[in-house]
Amino acid sequence: MRIIVSIKRVVDHNVQVRPRSDGSDVDTSGVRMVINPFDENALEEAVRLRERGIASEVVVVSFGDATVQESLRQAIALGANRAIWGQAPAALDQLAVAKLLRHVAQREEASLVMLGKQAIDEDAGQTAQMLAALLDWPQAVAVSELAVDGDTLYVTREVDGGSESLEIRLPAVVSADLRLNAPRFVKLPDLMKAKRQTIETLDCAALGIDLSPRLQRARVETPPPRPAGQRVGSVAELIAKLRNDAQVIA
Amino acid sequence: MSVLVLADIAASGVALATRQAVSAAQHWGQPVDLLVLGGTDAAAHAQIAGVRRVLHADAPQLAQPVAEEVARLLNGLAGDYAVILAAHGSLARNALPRVAALRDVGMVSEAVGLLGPNSYQRPIYAGNLLATVDNRPGLQILTVRASRFEAAALDGQAECAAIAAPAADGRSRLTGQKTAGGERPELGSARVVVSGGRSLGSAERFHACLTPLADRLGAAIGATRAAVDSGYAPNEWQVGQTGTVVAPDLYIAVGLSGALQHTAGIKDSRVIVAINQDPEAPIMQLADYSLVADIFDAVPELVRHLQTEATA
Repeated sequence: MRIIVSIKRVVDHNVQVRPRSDGSDVDTSGVRMVINPFDENALEEAVRLRERGIASEVVVVSFGDATVQESLRQAIALGANRAIWGQAPAALDQLAVAKLLRHVAQREEASLVMLGKQAIDEDAGQTAQMLAALLDWPQAVAVSELAVDGDTLYVTREVDGGSESLEIRLPAVVSADLRLNAPRFVKLPDLMKAKRQTIETLDCAALGIDLSPRLQRARVETPPPRPAGQRVGSVAELIAKLRNDAQVIA
Repeated sequence: MSVLVLADIAASGVALATRQAVSAAQHWGQPVDLLVLGGTDAAAHAQIAGVRRVLHADAPQLAQPVAEEVARLLNGLAGDYAVILAAHGSLARNALPRVAALRDVGMVSEAVGLLGPNSYQRPIYAGNLLATVDNRPGLQILTVRASRFEAAALDGQAECAAIAAPAADGRSRLTGQKTAGGERPELGSARVVVSGGRSLGSAERFHACLTPLADRLGAAIGATRAAVDSGYAPNEWQVGQTGTVVAPDLYIAVGLSGALQHTAGIKDSRVIVAINQDPEAPIMQLADYSLVADIFDAVPELVRHLQTEATA
């Protein structure tokens, strides 16, 4: 079984993002970029499936400009067998990424595509479901437990107010919740080795796929700040404020 | 053309989020139809003001539906509608992107503002920023943050129509459901959340300090990424951009500094309380009420106060 893992390069969660001065987009110049944390969960699970002999190969793919190669090398160091850089403009929307992933999944004859449940920059949470629909495959979204037996996936997934268990026939698309696993840390020698590995380049514009964005970002702004708070001098005062002013405790 | 709202599954009556989604649907000034699934009470939904028609698709596979079945049903209906909309709940989050892909259109997730016929405001970066997004004209597919919209009244009289569902596909099967919590509410929907950071110092002290307070308030317990990384709390307790985004009535932050990715995930809480020894910690600026104190003194004192007053 071959698994495709899709990773997105996003702004590190420790960075305070700001709008560009003209408000046209997010200012990402010079900020630290990392693999989307939920994609790391997807990658970790795929690598574990290969280590347990359930998967034969883990292929990692990322779309964007040349900088995504750094994330791909890190993914190789974390256990992916090989990597595909989908050379593409940065402004791909979720539908465009889903179409590109369909191409890769079909070309690679994958049985399973794994990705994070959402990217922490856009917070859309759509790509896995769109991909599954385009492939006419079943899906498991926000998965926190996963087991494979033959061509059946047994998953637990997070839903509002609880969880669901699903049985899904492969091939399928799975999106990872944080609870799926604790990703390993990359080791320096592995990273050095990964630097020597060849990354395949896929020219996305040459595939004849309509990648024109459906969604256009018109403006980015900082939300209105919370009103200034107040300092209280004691536990008793805190309780009085919560009870009488805010009325959040009985 | 008109607007189609996908109703949330409700064990009985009408979900609040469905009434809020119906309000949002009035934005386009077109007739609004409501799609209800499975055993959900169609007659109760016909009372939602502003609904023209309730479409009831009742089939065994739609009682506790998987996204695949709902998406195929919606895809069959989509040709008659200009807008397909739902509250940003699990079912819609799972099914609507499939519909969008099948129709080759974009989707807007969790709109908090409706600006024009195809222009929306939505949070990005866990609410750190607000984006205005223009979707291509044509079929609009979106989820809305229901709490941003007034609930529609229940004095309507829509007509009800039964509609057929496509045959079940069967490749994805729901085999079990578990409601979170047991004794404790689920983090993402709790009314009160008590969270701790690395200052708690150890897993033992994390639990010894926070559990009595959470018990007292009927609260869920959360933790910062730093506390989780230090092994004080399990992964699933992580609150923030890389964990669970929460918006309770009351958020009590204990011994945590307020790292960006954490505060991003709590910003929509109604009231934030911070207890910290460091008056300069970023969380102290964000909090509605901040108390500079040793957490190992202040939290037990807080529990004692709440207990005495409860029994007084």
